[in-house]
Amino acid sequence: MTMYEIRIHSRGGQGGVTAARLLALSAVHDGKYATACPFYGAERRGAPVVSYVRIDDTPIRIYSQIKKPDMVVVLDASVMDVVDVLQGLKKGGKILVNSTHKKEFAGFSSSHVDLTGIALRENLVIAGSPILNTPVLGALAKTGIISVDSAKKSIREMFTDERNVRAAEAAYGEMNA
Amino acid sequence: MKKIATGNKAVAEAVKQVKPAVIAAYPITPQTEIVEQIAEFVSTGELNSRYIPVESEHSAMAACIGASITGVRTFTATSSHGLLYMHEMTNWAAGARLPVVMANVNRSIGPGWNIWAEHTDAMQERDTGWLQVYVSTVQEAYDATIMAFRIAEHNDVLLPVMVNLDGFTLSHIMQPLDTIEIGDFIPPMHLPHAIDPKNPAGYGGLTGPDQHFRFRWDIERSMRDSVKVIETTEKDFYQRFGRKYGFTEDYCCEDADVVVVSMGTLGKEAEVAIDILRKEGIKAGSMRLRWFRPFPQLNLMGKEVVVIDRDYSFGFGGILAKSIEARQKTDVYGVIAGLGGQEVTFEDIADFIRKRHIGQEFWFGVNDNV
Repeated sequence: MTMYEIRIHSRGGQGGVTAARLLALSAVHDGKYATACPFYGAERRGAPVVSYVRIDDTPIRIYSQIKKPDMVVVLDASVMDVVDVLQGLKKGGKILVNSTHKKEFAGFSSSHVDLTGIALRENLVIAGSPILNTPVLGALAKTGIISVDSAKKSIREMFTDERNVRAAEAAYGEMNA
Repeated sequence: MKKIATGNKAVAEAVKQVKPAVIAAYPITPQTEIVEQIAEFVSTGELNSRYIPVESEHSAMAACIGASITGVRTFTATSSHGLLYMHEMTNWAAGARLPVVMANVNRSIGPGWNIWAEHTDAMQERDTGWLQVYVSTVQEAYDATIMAFRIAEHNDVLLPVMVNLDGFTLSHIMQPLDTIEIGDFIPPMHLPHAIDPKNPAGYGGLTGPDQHFRFRWDIERSMRDSVKVIETTEKDFYQRFGRKYGFTEDYCCEDADVVVVSMGTLGKEAEVAIDILRKEGIKAGSMRLRWFRPFPQLNLMGKEVVVIDRDYSFGFGGILAKSIEARQKTDVYGVIAGLGGQEVTFEDIADFIRKRHIGQEFWFGVNDNV
């Protein structure tokens, strides 16, 4: 495979960086190389932030930001009001949105899953905020970029609470293309 | 076990393996994660070191000096203004021949206030007698930190070593990390001039005009001897753990007409630029300089040279470019790029090489330079 580049949009504090880390770790468990880059700017709680993940069969030598992602993940659909999440997305690229309903993006392959609903159902809530970074891993496994086994293994390595794995399984089952 | 870690965590994991007796440090962005992680290792008992949380970087280095002179292994970490603040003591560590190891997370110097990657902080320490190595991956940050202790403490060296990693670009990104059990890779530290706190004695530190130059020469002699120690250490590391390092990492240099020289993460990004140029039929190569002190002989004979400096010496030029010009007795195309974390992509680097003007200097992103 050629290098696969993913950009994750979220708001500060929603766990976008951890999602990137879990995704990279899953790819490593799949026997691939990966780099997760949180973009550090004027980051503050609630502000739109992005993090990046690169996955490849060979060691990754690129450190600059991803300009033309193969996939965009939107953990918080409200950032789409203030950020052009499609910027640079490759023609025919994938976009995965945390949403209860499908959003159409002309020229791109769109899928959605209600990560917030899943987190609330599993009572995965910290300081009033639903946890999105573990459920999203299930949806990412569904897209085929990582295996389900590696996704679960990565979650279990970072979190002891089995609800995180159940949430990822639910997202895997409920994602709609 | 397969895991991923940030550059900072990798340094902390390496320190855990090497088990310094004393760690004294003060946090500063983007280094903080190193000292936080080490403090956690110490608090959980995973690392049985004395951790001294000091009130400044000057004190951090002073504490390492005080501990090291008793003959024990020491470590600290800093960045940017923290490094500059300990400058008096970094000179002292080298002059007193103390093998302190320090991780420096390269960050620009203010003002204007900026927390992102630049090499000028470490470059301002280049004449202190510290050995300096610059790394480009999370794995290399780990491996180089381990090797730094063996090199520093070798009795042919006995000089401090600084491991440099790019702020955020490497310190905060996550990559696969293979941790090792070092076994007897690093022998117990033996400092011939160690003092014994149980048998206190008074020493005069004064060296007169008839003596001082001898101590200076002795530093230089050890700096020259360190070349062989670095080579044997990296060779032994390769034989034991399978990962190969050298003074430079050369990529497609052998038959290259033009070679781009850089340090840190830019040196990895440059390899991707070389792949692009090779497809265009341009015979280009990349040389990533790992050791800046001692400064190695570079095999650049007969090649055009493009140097990327993530640093600058005002009124003179890019520090790496000027070093190479002096050492190789050849003109280079000096590119000043990546200051204060300025984004530099492999496409930009390919462009630097395509549009090279040997003998000139180019400030990337600045419009009025000619």
